[in-house]
Amino acid sequence: MAQQTALTDTTPDSTDKPDAAVVRDALGVGVAVGLSGFAFGVTSAGSGLGLLQTCALSLLVFTGASQFALVGALAAGGNPYTAAAGAFFLGVRNAFYGLRLSQVLALPRAVRPFAAQWVIDETTAVTLAQPTRRTARIGFTVTGLSLYLLWNLTTLLGALGAKAIGDTRAWGLDAAGPAVFLALLAPMLTTATERAVAGLAVLLGLAALPVLPAGVPVLVAALAAPLALLAEGRRGRRTGPTATDAPEHSKGSGEDR
Amino acid sequence: MNTWIAVGLTVLGCYAVKLAGLLVPAGAMERPFVRRLAALLPVALLAALTAQQTFADGHALVLDARAAGLGAAAVALILRAPFLLVVAAAVLVTAGVRALGG
Repeated sequence: MAQQTALTDTTPDSTDKPDAAVVRDALGVGVAVGLSGFAFGVTSAGSGLGLLQTCALSLLVFTGASQFALVGALAAGGNPYTAAAGAFFLGVRNAFYGLRLSQVLALPRAVRPFAAQWVIDETTAVTLAQPTRRTARIGFTVTGLSLYLLWNLTTLLGALGAKAIGDTRAWGLDAAGPAVFLALLAPMLTTATERAVAGLAVLLGLAALPVLPAGVPVLVAALAAPLALLAEGRRGRRTGPTATDAPEHSKGSGEDR
Repeated sequence: MNTWIAVGLTVLGCYAVKLAGLLVPAGAMERPFVRRLAALLPVALLAALTAQQTFADGHALVLDARAAGLGAAAVALILRAPFLLVVAAAVLVTAGVRALGG
């Protein structure tokens, strides 16, 4: 997932990057992440979801963090609405990826409803790292296709295999979900603000856990984001801009990825 | 049934935001505050989810083998290991600690 750091700008290192190199990069990401669908399939089945439900999530939701969050919340006994809300808020970032991608890819309107399903962390990372529109389109398509096929295939295998595996906890598979979250989170912790948000969210989420219904503590923890932005704005007015991006001194950088 | 409701809502919600990004004119979501919030929300959610799924057992906070697994994942991330290896490290170490009776 280190590729995500490349999102800060479209690196104009080589405008004549060969197509084969793009395909290789895209396949590398698609295959590595696609295989981790196995962990999702096992986790989902172990959380009590049926085979059809598990596969429906990978086929139709197809954004890993939301999928893991949903089955985790349901396994913890959360009601379907708070569980879906947590998954939805995690998916909102894809809208902002889409904004960037629609400029880079310049897709015909008729294609967009189909391309939309592939607008996720990994395709965005690969696509925005490409120097030209042609390579961006190749990167998006190859990453999207390889990841979609593998993610769904390994989800199915994981869900089927969960029964044979038996106690998923004995195999340590209950650690797969949080490890995926951590791997997605790590490249986002670029500035002090991000780290403060993460720290505050951990405290809020764990403090709320014993007292609030399952699924709700995560939504409480999400408040860390607006709180940090307010604090940042206040600090920014006093001390001037640092690495942050408060409204008054927007640098227009792409650090929101 | 409840599970299907959750699955259905998540399918609709997640697809809608993906499509919105591709269809909405660029200016609409380009306000700095909105962009920053959109960038920080996943940070907050992922951090909270990581902590909860590592330390929660129902409504109780516990320290068990998963913490060791997450530690291994963190080390793998610092060493810039690929995604799959990070997840594998967490799973293997958690299983190993449990096998040793942790």
